[in-house]
Amino acid sequence: MNIPTVADLVAKGESPEVLFWVGCAGSYDDRYKRVTKAFVKILNAVGTKFAVLGTEETCTGDPARRAGNEFLFQMQAMANIQVLNGYGIKKIVTACPHCFNTIKNEYPELGGNYEVIHHSTFLQQLINEGHIKLEGGGTFKGKKITYHDSCYLGRANNIYEAPRQVLEILDADLVEMKRCRTTGLCCGAGGGQMFKDAEKGKKEVNIERAEEALATGATTIAVACPFCMTMMMDGVKNKNREADVQVKDLAELIVEAKGL
Amino acid sequence: MIQQIAFVLILGLATFFIRKRVLRIRDNIKLGKNNSITDRKSERLNNLLLVALGQKKMFKKVIPAILHVFIYVGFLVINLEVLEFVIDGLLGTHRIFAPYLGSFYGMLMNLFEFLAVAVLLACVFFLIRRNVMKVARFQSAEMKKWPTLDANLILITEIVLMTAILTMNASDQLLQGRDEHYVATGNLFFSSFLIPALENFSTSTLIFIERFAWWFHIIGILGFALYVTYSKHLHIFLAFPNTYYGKLEAKGHINNMPVVTNEVKSMLGIATEAPAPPTEPGRFGAKDINDLNWNNLLAAYTCTECGRCTAECPANLTGKKLSPRKIMMDTRDRMEEVGNSLASGGAGLNDGKSLLGDYISKEEINACTSCNACVEACPVLINPLEIIIELRRYVSMEESGAPASWNSMYQNIETNFAPWKFSPSDRFNWANENK
Repeated sequence: MNIPTVADLVAKGESPEVLFWVGCAGSYDDRYKRVTKAFVKILNAVGTKFAVLGTEETCTGDPARRAGNEFLFQMQAMANIQVLNGYGIKKIVTACPHCFNTIKNEYPELGGNYEVIHHSTFLQQLINEGHIKLEGGGTFKGKKITYHDSCYLGRANNIYEAPRQVLEILDADLVEMKRCRTTGLCCGAGGGQMFKDAEKGKKEVNIERAEEALATGATTIAVACPFCMTMMMDGVKNKNREADVQVKDLAELIVEAKGL
Repeated sequence: MIQQIAFVLILGLATFFIRKRVLRIRDNIKLGKNNSITDRKSERLNNLLLVALGQKKMFKKVIPAILHVFIYVGFLVINLEVLEFVIDGLLGTHRIFAPYLGSFYGMLMNLFEFLAVAVLLACVFFLIRRNVMKVARFQSAEMKKWPTLDANLILITEIVLMTAILTMNASDQLLQGRDEHYVATGNLFFSSFLIPALENFSTSTLIFIERFAWWFHIIGILGFALYVTYSKHLHIFLAFPNTYYGKLEAKGHINNMPVVTNEVKSMLGIATEAPAPPTEPGRFGAKDINDLNWNNLLAAYTCTECGRCTAECPANLTGKKLSPRKIMMDTRDRMEEVGNSLASGGAGLNDGKSLLGDYISKEEINACTSCNACVEACPVLINPLEIIIELRRYVSMEESGAPASWNSMYQNIETNFAPWKFSPSDRFNWANENK
């Protein structure tokens, strides 16, 4: 795999067309690292001139801001903006809706102005431009797939169609959960919940959502967010369905279907 | 003449008390922080027209939306008739517009009657939904006692007021042939159904019924207008300013804290372009209502407790204590408490109580996933999430009282630049791992 860092490119007197913001989950979480690598495979396959920050990347501050620690959020944001502006970054793609939302909507007020796109939109554009093609649909043809809306893509940023259009090229049988798009049910991890136990209640949010996803009869639950990935996988496991139901990110599905 | 004097007195009293209440509500809202909202006027106007006037977001639930439109249009249109009531009351006339409008007056009255019947039926249906069908979102913990009574009182009052109009028109129609004071209106379709019940009464009894219904209706309307200012029903007015001042940024955006920006910049040695604005004395985040923005407080008065937010909240759906509707109700209740205390020369905000702690618990705000389902659900653009985040900010930054695992997460970000405990030097290791 070819994974240039921005520092490498700058040293050669070049700059990337697009910065791939990997995110903490994409860098450290064993499961989501596979998504990171899948997306890099696609970037390499279509010949996008991209780079990553490598060890220069740090948390966007999203969980700190949402849990209430504005100081910490702004410390992180300012530090990241200094790095990004220092490299003259113009365009950023990320596979994490939380990073996407924070850099897109919250960094401008702090001096960070970039064109930020989520990898679902990026993949959709590659498909529309003919860079990703799937003749005959590939391995998912006719299989039942349901897409779980990430709150930070959907309600937070009105991105409902891009992930679904990406799934369409798989020629699979796309089934919707009852609560989808604007009324999609959260996986339970946003707003800092990923980093603490839930308050006392009668059920975990991710179990409620996993049950809904399983009720569609889908054998693949497509997600586009590292937190949703963890929560849905835990939910499926809790229901003892991990043997016949897989939770996959959009990029992974494309890579598998194309055999990249 | 006596009737005119009585009318002036009643109208004067109602105006006095309603004005007093409106000023109190205004003062209570002004307890909030004075963030000026003067940008993007055309988008704001657009929201007001589409969401408040056009009821756009109501139509996510079609049946209640249609019934609500009946009541809403009825409210707007029947109040035109109240104008005639007031003029008649002041001048001692009867149906002053009738001679000028001729047959058009009869058409108008028929339209009003149609709306009165529509309002009446819609209210009956809403009562059934609340009390017989027991729609889940009206049965939540925060709806016990007063909020449920409040809702039922409003619906019953509207039914009674509409019945008064129809009774008045029915007796009026009978009197039109018998007493020259009663000008011809032409046949009024809906109230004609009540005529069989009234036609055997004597003229004097009918006049009594007509007058009673007239007075009952106008006093009822004025009393209801005053009641509304104490109830959850203020959305009929406040939905308009609230949608105008509603959030325009993407829902995922959380309001910046410029005070923190200045401090962080000076800590990092980044020169600020403009001299730091005078730092507002006050807290980080919100402990009480005066720490919230005035538009959050306006939103609390706007909330009509429909509970669509709570019905969509993932935390609430899975049995946690958090209810976005309760956040808004608590904010309003605290405003009322502080406002009443201030008006009677009491301690006001310094009464030893606060929104956080005495009304809203940490357990509630900690359960929020910031998923924006509540914000999406609200038909009048109320944003409970803004209040939750401000309360969390207070807990984290002023009290250092966040849950222990959040404090660990903060510490990880500070020392490892990731919310988990991984070494920053390992951040790029994924690139060299095969599978």
